[in-house]
Amino acid sequence: MQSLTRALMGATALCAAATLAVAQDDPVTITIATVNNGDMIRMQGLTDDFTEANPNITLEWVTLEENVLRQNVSTDIATSGGQYDVVTIGTYEVPIWAERGWLVPLDDMPEGFAADDLLPSIAGGLSYDGSLYASPFYGESSMVMYRTDLMEEAGLEMPDAPSWDFIEEAAAAMNDPENEVYGICLRGKPGWGENMAFLTAMGNSFGARWFDEDWQAQFDSEEWANTLNFYVNLLTEYGPPGAPNNGFNENLSLFQQGRCGMWIDATVAASFVTNPDDSQVADSVGFALAPDNGLGKRGNWLWAWSLAIPTSSDAQDAAKAFIDWATNPAYAELVAETEGWANVPPGTRTSLYENQDYLDAAPFAQMTLESIQAADPTNPTVDPVPYTGVQFVAIPEFQGIGTQVGQYFSEALAGQMSVEDALAQAQDYTTEEIEAAGY
Amino acid sequence: MARAVSPQRKAMTTIVVYLIAFTLFFPILWTILVSFNSEAQAIDPPRVLDGSWTLENYTLVQERSDYMRYLWNSVVIAVGSTLLGIVIAIPAAWAMAFVPGKRTKDVLLWMLSTKMLPAVGVLFPIRLVLIELDLLDTKVALVFILTLINLPIIVWMLYTYFKEIPGEILEAARMDGATLRSEIVHVLTPMAVPGIASTILLNIILAWNESFWTLTLTTIDAAPLTAFIASYSSPEGLFYAKLSAASTMAIAPILVMGWFSQKQLVRGLTFGAVK
Amino acid sequence: MATQHSRSAARFMMAPSVVLLLIWMLVPLGLTLWFSFMDYRPQRGTFDCCVGFENYARFVTSSSFQDAVITTLIMVGGILAITVIGGIFLALLLDQPFWGQGVARILVIAPFFVMPTVSALVWKNLIMNPDNGLLAYLWRFFGADPVVWLTDYALFSIVVIVSWMWLPFATLILLTSIQSLDSERLEAAEMDGAGAVARFWYMILPHLARAITIVILIETIFLLAIFAEIFVTTGGAFGTQNLTYLIYQRVIESQNIGLGSAGGIIAVILANIVAIFLMRIVGKNLDA
Repeated sequence: MQSLTRALMGATALCAAATLAVAQDDPVTITIATVNNGDMIRMQGLTDDFTEANPNITLEWVTLEENVLRQNVSTDIATSGGQYDVVTIGTYEVPIWAERGWLVPLDDMPEGFAADDLLPSIAGGLSYDGSLYASPFYGESSMVMYRTDLMEEAGLEMPDAPSWDFIEEAAAAMNDPENEVYGICLRGKPGWGENMAFLTAMGNSFGARWFDEDWQAQFDSEEWANTLNFYVNLLTEYGPPGAPNNGFNENLSLFQQGRCGMWIDATVAASFVTNPDDSQVADSVGFALAPDNGLGKRGNWLWAWSLAIPTSSDAQDAAKAFIDWATNPAYAELVAETEGWANVPPGTRTSLYENQDYLDAAPFAQMTLESIQAADPTNPTVDPVPYTGVQFVAIPEFQGIGTQVGQYFSEALAGQMSVEDALAQAQDYTTEEIEAAGY
Repeated sequence: MARAVSPQRKAMTTIVVYLIAFTLFFPILWTILVSFNSEAQAIDPPRVLDGSWTLENYTLVQERSDYMRYLWNSVVIAVGSTLLGIVIAIPAAWAMAFVPGKRTKDVLLWMLSTKMLPAVGVLFPIRLVLIELDLLDTKVALVFILTLINLPIIVWMLYTYFKEIPGEILEAARMDGATLRSEIVHVLTPMAVPGIASTILLNIILAWNESFWTLTLTTIDAAPLTAFIASYSSPEGLFYAKLSAASTMAIAPILVMGWFSQKQLVRGLTFGAVK
Repeated sequence: MATQHSRSAARFMMAPSVVLLLIWMLVPLGLTLWFSFMDYRPQRGTFDCCVGFENYARFVTSSSFQDAVITTLIMVGGILAITVIGGIFLALLLDQPFWGQGVARILVIAPFFVMPTVSALVWKNLIMNPDNGLLAYLWRFFGADPVVWLTDYALFSIVVIVSWMWLPFATLILLTSIQSLDSERLEAAEMDGAGAVARFWYMILPHLARAITIVILIETIFLLAIFAEIFVTTGGAFGTQNLTYLIYQRVIESQNIGLGSAGGIIAVILANIVAIFLMRIVGKNLDA
């Protein structure tokens, strides 16, 4: 009898149900590695909902700071340690690790997962060879966040799609260092995911690129000189003291305390700066697309924190069940029920941006969606490039190169090195590394 | 011997000493104070002292991570590796101190030099070995690794204490027909108790605070307090208060142990420096 | 005293330590040595033997290597200077009679118990942060612009953070040593008219020589491997990348295990040169 039901079940639903049936039989424990950001902490808090539906699956959480997480996960996956069943990684790692065969393709997800509902640009960044290798937990682009009250005082009006020249003008008009209000806050902290994410995306709008089609480093180009000069100038004149030390977090806290006129950064910040519990300026924040220079590209990036399954995991079916729970449209409703629509992880699914409840609760929704749609990883900048990635270059060497170049640029911002020297050093270093990598 | 000084001078010294001591202790005190404040107060130094206290950070931290599990792992790893190290090191230190050969100095130097191995340089080899032995994320593996890392220091500390024990006493014991084993257990060890205690304490501190291997070789089952801290550093949004609470929880046990045993620790912390 | 019997017993008793450390030395070091001659880049899927000394040549010729060696020397030297000089001063002070010795000692020793990650996080965020940190508040209170410690004085800041932890350690060892000095001799010297400076220079300092060398030796072993403090505060930027961090950068960030392993071997060689040099000095003192 038992074998008959099993056979029946296997016959009726071929892949999805069968994996679920297996998953429901034996108790399994899955270990989930994730970043210590708010949305993930919230997910951790909601796990009862998952374990009630899947009583045989126990979840173990490893919540780590981003750098430590990346170090541990990449080491584990490179040595096939099999420590994690679900890992939280970004758009940078997914195609590289998928190519190595380190990730399990997510092409037999249960029906409710609705892969075709994922935003195309996000899904594109998480696919390799036509298969999805990670499911986005939240997606982000970058945009301008500004203080509507300060803009009004300055007698300016922020267009929906500002130019860099206007940003400079507005920064100058709002800058009031006497009262600890600075025209603009931008990332200056060195790191491939910190200042280089911003500068690479900004460079795109200036027509700069990392490499030409023959993989020759391009830091000796005029475009890069323009980008870096403009950036250093802008931040030195109208930025807060200590800008070279400011990453996402530091700027977020500055903006929340009302010390920044403008801040160009990740779209996910929108829900933090408009949350009256944390932000002193919650009711006077406006949003605009990332700036451009009239060259047809805007300086906005594309990133998605995503859940993936290492091939070294021995509980892949349970892991799939978990990823389905955490990233399918029903999860958004679950969060909305308990925490309100504004706290739903943004930027991953079309359906969310068609949901009126969400649009009402999140004034930044439309701008977020437009920013995400405006980013094109395969064609990031004005001139053609041999790589994919908007604010990064999707090759394994980039993490090392990007961080080193980020340090040169950060030192230029701190005035410890001239812009010319920083670019020259970046050019030398990148050339040396990329040649050694075999290009 | 207490020297006689004028009360004025004694008062002056007291003030200067306490000024310095307080400055040195201040970062810890400040962390503890901040941990009892809200996040909004934490980023505004004057408001930390405004008199409103909250336990909210501690409840939040405890809700998110099972502190006791991390604490237990830290205790097992720190105490386990230290005791194992002592057991292995006592005979070696005895031999070096009482039967020194021509090579003793060289062996000691070589032992210390193994401590110079840069951890990250051997990360991949160690990981591959542990995967091969199926020992990733186990307390056993960490106990062994930390034992090996601290063994040179343990051997060296014990060696310096043993050397200070006059050989005649051992001679005498041997005359009385004591075997080598009972010589070590009944004669030498009791005399070296202060030294051994201090060695144990110092090595528990070192093992407790080791933050490379404990972070890179663990996930869940063996993750100690260093991993606990890594989940509270620099998330998005405000975090000073929660970080302070987690930090206080991570250092409190070792701080309390250190304070209670500071006499023993200090008494033996000479490395043969006192003659 | 050393009979043939006890000599073989000694060898037998040293065996566990020596064998264990040999394994510890040989297995990882052997693997590292092997990797250092390979093109091992997991993210590229390469695991090819052998590329000769290419990894070594690349590691040594990159401009970062020279900078890292200099940074390491400045870092270790700076911390040693602060902790030894500060430690002598503090030890002399604590040796004076004053009220409340026990409490003072507890306060002074406390930083040594704090794990490096925690101390770096606390200093970076609660104290040195240019916007919300305590020092920034103090500076503003006195009408000055807050100093951006971890950018403008990054290396100095790290030296301060690490010194904070090791100063108590140095102080304790030096204090024990000072207390073992015969105070009657000191008093006699004072009667004979020797000034405080002369007493310090000719009596106390020579007495402390041995303790100082031991402090230097032990601290150097730990300071050459400073990592957590840099990882947390600057990530190796603004001239704070020491040799350990450079290897980390090669292994973890660039994911080039071959190159990083070559760096590891070079670091071991350099560290051993320092160790031999140090042990020569200490060795003399240990015999005395």
